[in-house]
Amino acid sequence: MSFTETFFNGRVMLKYLPDILSGVVVTIELALLIIVTGIAAGLALALLRSLGVRPLNWLIIFIVDLFRSLPPLVIIVLIYFGLPSVNLSPSGFVSTWLSLAFVLMAFSEEIFWAGITSVARGQWEAARSTGLSFGQTLMSVVLPQAFRLTIPPLTNRTIAITKGTALGTVVAVTEILGQASSAVSNSYNPSPLMMGAAAYLVLFLPVVVAGRWIETRFAWKR
Amino acid sequence: MEALIQTFFNPGIIVAAWPIVRAGLWNTVLLSLIVVPLGLLGGLILALLASVKTPAVRWPLMAWVDFFRAFPPLVLLILLFAGLPFAGLELGGFACVAVAFFLNTGAYYGEILRAGIDSVPAGQVEAARSTGLSRLQAMAYVVLPQAVRNVLPDLLSNTLEVVKLTSLGSVVAVPELLYQARQAQSITYNPTPIVVAAVIYFLMLWPVVRLLSRLENRALAGR
Repeated sequence: MSFTETFFNGRVMLKYLPDILSGVVVTIELALLIIVTGIAAGLALALLRSLGVRPLNWLIIFIVDLFRSLPPLVIIVLIYFGLPSVNLSPSGFVSTWLSLAFVLMAFSEEIFWAGITSVARGQWEAARSTGLSFGQTLMSVVLPQAFRLTIPPLTNRTIAITKGTALGTVVAVTEILGQASSAVSNSYNPSPLMMGAAAYLVLFLPVVVAGRWIETRFAWKR
Repeated sequence: MEALIQTFFNPGIIVAAWPIVRAGLWNTVLLSLIVVPLGLLGGLILALLASVKTPAVRWPLMAWVDFFRAFPPLVLLILLFAGLPFAGLELGGFACVAVAFFLNTGAYYGEILRAGIDSVPAGQVEAARSTGLSRLQAMAYVVLPQAVRNVLPDLLSNTLEVVKLTSLGSVVAVPELLYQARQAQSITYNPTPIVVAAVIYFLMLWPVVRLLSRLENRALAGR
């Protein structure tokens, strides 16, 4: 068989196209869930940390450090294979979602916190002295400035962690890579894998290029 | 509580699984010692190419970097591991990990080093060249040392990600820490070995995370 017939076999590709497309849907669902919950949780932790309660801050720092130092695949495996022992059996989808959301939470907390602390102390004092409450100062003075600083690193992290949805394959999530792998073993032909690879490029290449643009657009002027 | 300890921190199982997990730990250390320099090498090649500022080099290079940044590393790894044999090329799990890391982490290291090289003022190169150093010498002795120092936190942060990424080796049967822990888990029918592996990863990488956190804060304070 020729190279094209092996790696880009039209008949095989046509047959497994619906599987790959359903994988694309799962990947997008998983990615959106991770992004929304992970960033929301990260922001919530950063806001909690700005209250300045010592023991609470130590706990937050520990949680953040924990999820920054554990490999995402280890967390996924731990949740998926570990929790059934205590009669909780999260699906592969839920395990992957929770794990990557925790990881994104940790990284985005660090980024939001860096943004909040970058706003000079005097800004807080000035805002409070004009009669704004703590919450008002945070919402109208500090966060708008902090967000601008956080956008480039947050975009890059989010892309990197969202790509981790492919790890779901290990715990039988039927996302793109999972669909492609099982199609390869059913058809004895690598064409579905090439389709899967193409699907990832179609999904993520625009995001990476947009990330590059955002990085220059929001770059901190030195 | 007692039941939880028996399930997740079972002392008997820790003792039984330790030789298996320890072998995995050494392999993870070894694997990291191989793939980190490999990724750095890939990144250095890309960054040096990027310092040639002609469009004919710049655009293909940017496309190359974006291509590998868009590709999930696991997909790349599976592509090499499950796809190449159809072309009559069987690399084995370890070699696949090495090639995939060279391509994937090389792209990330490349972007960081490129930013570092760009951060060194042009006057430095001109001054170095005017003292009689060749282009290559100016790059190696004047630009690169400053470039690396300027982006050291980013390099360290990426290296942390690379070490964490070695856990992907478990998918293609490289007997690193996660793979060994899962073997031990399937022998003992108990998740304790995976918890042990997680604790090892944490103890190994926590100091790096702490250091990074400090470096990032200092960079912010210095602004």
